Amino acid sequence: MASALTVSERNAQKIREKIVEFFLLLAAVSSVFVTLAIVFVLVYESFGFFVTVPIMDFLFGTTWTPLFADPKYGILPLLGGTMLSTLVALVFVGPIGLATAIYLSEFASNGVRETIKPILEILSGVPTVVYGFFALLFVTPALQTFVPGLPGFNILSSGIVIGIMIIPYVASLSEDALRAVPQSLRDGSLALGATRLETALKVVLPAATSGVAAAFILGISRAVGETMIVAIAAGQQPNLTFDPREPAATITAYIVQVALGDLPHGSIAYQTIFAAGLMLLLITLVFNVIGFWLRHRFREAY
Amino acid sequence: MSIALSLPARASTDQPFADHLKRRHRREVIFIVLGIMATSVGLIALAMLVVDLALSGLTRINFDFFTNFPSRRASQAGILSAWVGSLLVMLVTASIGIPLGVAAGIYLEEYAPRNIWTNIVEINVSNLAGVPSIVYGLLALGLFVYGFGTGRSIFTAGLTLALLILPIIIVSTREAIRAVPWSLREAAYGIGATKWQVTRDHVLPAAIPGILTGVIIGISRAIGETAPLVTIGALSFIAFLPPSPVTGTFPFISFAWMFEGFTVLPIQLFNWVSRPGQDFHANAAAAGLVLLAVTLMLNAVAIYFRYQLRKKLKW
Repeated sequence: MASALTVSERNAQKIREKIVEFFLLLAAVSSVFVTLAIVFVLVYESFGFFVTVPIMDFLFGTTWTPLFADPKYGILPLLGGTMLSTLVALVFVGPIGLATAIYLSEFASNGVRETIKPILEILSGVPTVVYGFFALLFVTPALQTFVPGLPGFNILSSGIVIGIMIIPYVASLSEDALRAVPQSLRDGSLALGATRLETALKVVLPAATSGVAAAFILGISRAVGETMIVAIAAGQQPNLTFDPREPAATITAYIVQVALGDLPHGSIAYQTIFAAGLMLLLITLVFNVIGFWLRHRFREAY
Repeated sequence: MSIALSLPARASTDQPFADHLKRRHRREVIFIVLGIMATSVGLIALAMLVVDLALSGLTRINFDFFTNFPSRRASQAGILSAWVGSLLVMLVTASIGIPLGVAAGIYLEEYAPRNIWTNIVEINVSNLAGVPSIVYGLLALGLFVYGFGTGRSIFTAGLTLALLILPIIIVSTREAIRAVPWSLREAAYGIGATKWQVTRDHVLPAAIPGILTGVIIGISRAIGETAPLVTIGALSFIAFLPPSPVTGTFPFISFAWMFEGFTVLPIQLFNWVSRPGQDFHANAAAAGLVLLAVTLMLNAVAIYFRYQLRKKLKW
């Protein structure tokens, strides 16, 4: 075998170690640069926008017509569209996701759970543009048989399909949280004479609240940022409405709509998509921070 | 709770308690039925999605569909430029995203000191994972297309998607490395290996299946991404192929394809679904089937690796 390294060989090795570590560090730091670049680009382009448009008009204006001859830059219609589609998704997935999680965690056998969870997780792997197709050409026609007068583009079907898309986040992650509750708590409750359902709802679920809430928050964050489903199936007209049967545009759908056209670089209409993107980033950031904090609590619990 | 309180008083007359108990058990059965129904909603939705795509698109899938360019006549339109574009974009994404993500994961898990800076990097990574994909598209439009001048090209698209899947690869690399037991490292250190030797020759090989799982899931996510590529201006009507990466003259490899305009499968699908008319919708469904088949296959491979990993795990 090789004899001991000479001094110069050892020095070369030390230098090589340092070089490798430097490159690995560079890779790790690059992720921070991605964040900085995102924030820089959005803030820089939005700055040009807010020089022209007062920030109050942007935040509280109720008309969004940046491409018209007489442009108005009130983001509320887009914000409303985003909130409405998220709300529909949440109303749809909330009870279903929670019941699925409780059933899989507390009642289903190991075999059933181990089979169904990976299948459900496929739902998060389906490309969103495929979901858009599904929403526009399957769910909407199906809904039109129940909801008379439902237009071809509407928030309802996009919201429902977004709900389907986030089932894995809500159900699977909630199930993880429920299962992390120690068995001793269940045993104690069952020994007192509670049924399995009473144990699940009054002992296990309360103990897992923060984990379940984190799962829901993550789902909401996904729903807010979802783009292709609403761009395809919700129509792209800004519409300040609380009726999910109407068509409306979301922040994300507006960005897609503008990007499909050919706007001159540096024009105010071009800058609007960065202002809208900044708004979107801030909203998802709030949800992500809440989710992060909840997960942290959930991890510390036991 | 009310049961525990009322039990001693009613010990002699059991009838109300028995009735109540029966009701409580019935409630449980009802819930189980509801739970099964709720669970099936997700499964049925998935099945309907696949069946709907197959019913509308399966007839369009034939050899010509893969070898034809898009066309104004729906029946002659194909996905040649789209799948070639997807393949080339993924090539760029993989060659940037995998080394960068794996290296970052190695650093954070094996090298990083426990201090506030490392914490910031970690929080940053988990935050990046939550950034909506269209925001990456805005980054690419503002910085790459107009800032660096890389244009609306395959390179820009690949780079954008590489950044998008970076958090996925970093997180799975870290988890895979964390699962390698300390005894392995200590044995290697014990016979005089350096840190990089330990990492390269012992930790990484043991962590490969876990890292691969993350890489494949990341790539399958990138293949289906549409929004960021719409933002940087991927075109939907491309009736040509980028120049070949292999050329007849020296040096036999060309990178000209990286800076060509392009389309990808999801963009092509988006274009077809946005058109009125059954014919193009059938094309969209067929493209959707191809896309779904590719992503499901990748996911299946990832699940297989995870399963292999569990089986081989002896520590």
